[in-house]
Amino acid sequence: MKTNPILTGLLALLTALYGAACAAPHPQRTESTETGQSQRAETVTIRLATTTSVDNSGLLGHLLPRFTEETGIGVDVIAVGTGRALELARAGNVDIILVHDPEAEEKFVSEGYGAERRYVARNEFVIVGPESDPAEVHAMNSAQEAFSNIMGAQARFISRGDNSGTHMRELSIWNSMGVTPQGEWYVEAGQGMGAVLTMADEMRAYTLTDTGTFYAMADNLDLVVLFSSDPILDNIYSIILLNPVIRPNLKHAEAMKLADWITGPEAIEMINGFEVNGHRLFRVE
Amino acid sequence: MLQAIVDAFALLFSLDSEVLKLIGTSFSVSVRSAAIAALIGFPCGIWFGLSEFRGRAAVDVILNTLLFLPTVVVGHIVYMMLTRDAPLGDYRLLFTRTAIVIGQVILATPIVLTMVSNSVRLADPRIVSTALSLGAGRLRAYLALLGEIRGLVLLSVLAAFGRVISEVGVSMMVGGNIYGKTRTITTGIALLTSQGEFARATALGMVLLILVFAINLAVYFATHRARS
Repeated sequence: MKTNPILTGLLALLTALYGAACAAPHPQRTESTETGQSQRAETVTIRLATTTSVDNSGLLGHLLPRFTEETGIGVDVIAVGTGRALELARAGNVDIILVHDPEAEEKFVSEGYGAERRYVARNEFVIVGPESDPAEVHAMNSAQEAFSNIMGAQARFISRGDNSGTHMRELSIWNSMGVTPQGEWYVEAGQGMGAVLTMADEMRAYTLTDTGTFYAMADNLDLVVLFSSDPILDNIYSIILLNPVIRPNLKHAEAMKLADWITGPEAIEMINGFEVNGHRLFRVE
Repeated sequence: MLQAIVDAFALLFSLDSEVLKLIGTSFSVSVRSAAIAALIGFPCGIWFGLSEFRGRAAVDVILNTLLFLPTVVVGHIVYMMLTRDAPLGDYRLLFTRTAIVIGQVILATPIVLTMVSNSVRLADPRIVSTALSLGAGRLRAYLALLGEIRGLVLLSVLAAFGRVISEVGVSMMVGGNIYGKTRTITTGIALLTSQGEFARATALGMVLLILVFAINLAVYFATHRARS
């Protein structure tokens, strides 16, 4: 039978494309050892679930390559909201997590999923909004007053709405006042911090954000910081080692190395020195 | 708009390593998915197209419905299949390119299947019997049938590829958008957009369009040169 030129051509094209695609880095083949894409000799890779705020700030991109260089352990970062990060950890789909919701974290540990919690760094939440500040947030003396004003003025406010650390903090402020925000002015976005900031920018709305994400994105935004420095807005990031009894098949030894490193002197110096657009995004205290 | 296109070409030819990683991931995953979808869809499509049985219409409806599967739904289903406690969980496939391929095959196969089976039904029914009577084996006879409807067969593969190279739902949910490993062009665009980096997101989107345009152009020339 004569070879069909079209089918041959198509086969050749597909093969060429696939060949070209294969030139791109190929991750894990076997279950236990996974080689990463970098030039460093990576022998093992662990999975870290973290929050979009940490990821958006660029801190991990700054820290992790150094960790990999020194230990040969690669870190795959999966950035989702704190709620989803905890769910991934409970389900055993990641080896370690870095989150910022102390209440949920304590529950996570007491439920037995978390073996150990370690403090990594802090920054704060701030209320940002349009320069015009229709709700006069900048003149307020507490976060509660600011929120109260926004609600009173029915000024548009974008909520994370995704069970993230930021969302939980926002809700705790509303709860402490005994109110439930609802109405046209209260927008539940259900997205990460970066997306919510973009939305707030577009809609000239208020939102609660961590300083890390905000300053990393400040160039692209017209929003300004209107309220800060209330103890209720402290933002603490912790790394949590998972329970090897419940999930014995995770890479606990390597995860421990990361937890040790990220709370060690070199990382502390790097975190304190991490600046974006002239702002120090995290402090270790 | 024009600036965006210029930016896109600049991005493409600058061989920015980050962009190359995204392109590499997208293609590595989607070519595999389309190829597997074709491997499953061709024989199944031919068989289904040639078969006559009582429940055929019902199967038709089901297959057509599969064409409408939302990508996030498929992503969620594959996540449930691959999570640790699930039967397939021990293979640690979650957040790998293989996981994305699994999901994309689910998206792509119905496209190939429905298009091939419909083309087979429209093709001349005497092709297979003629080939057989001329002494061809069954495999050759079916290949002859495929050859006869080759235009539509090719289109089905292109449509399947198009569906998977452009999707975000599966890639995001079971891939995890991990830099260098499971971040595709589309999930990369989603990330850039969420960070407010609109110019870069647009450029990346244009890169994808340019690449698929190039592919379709190549396919056109490959198929039309053969005729003349």
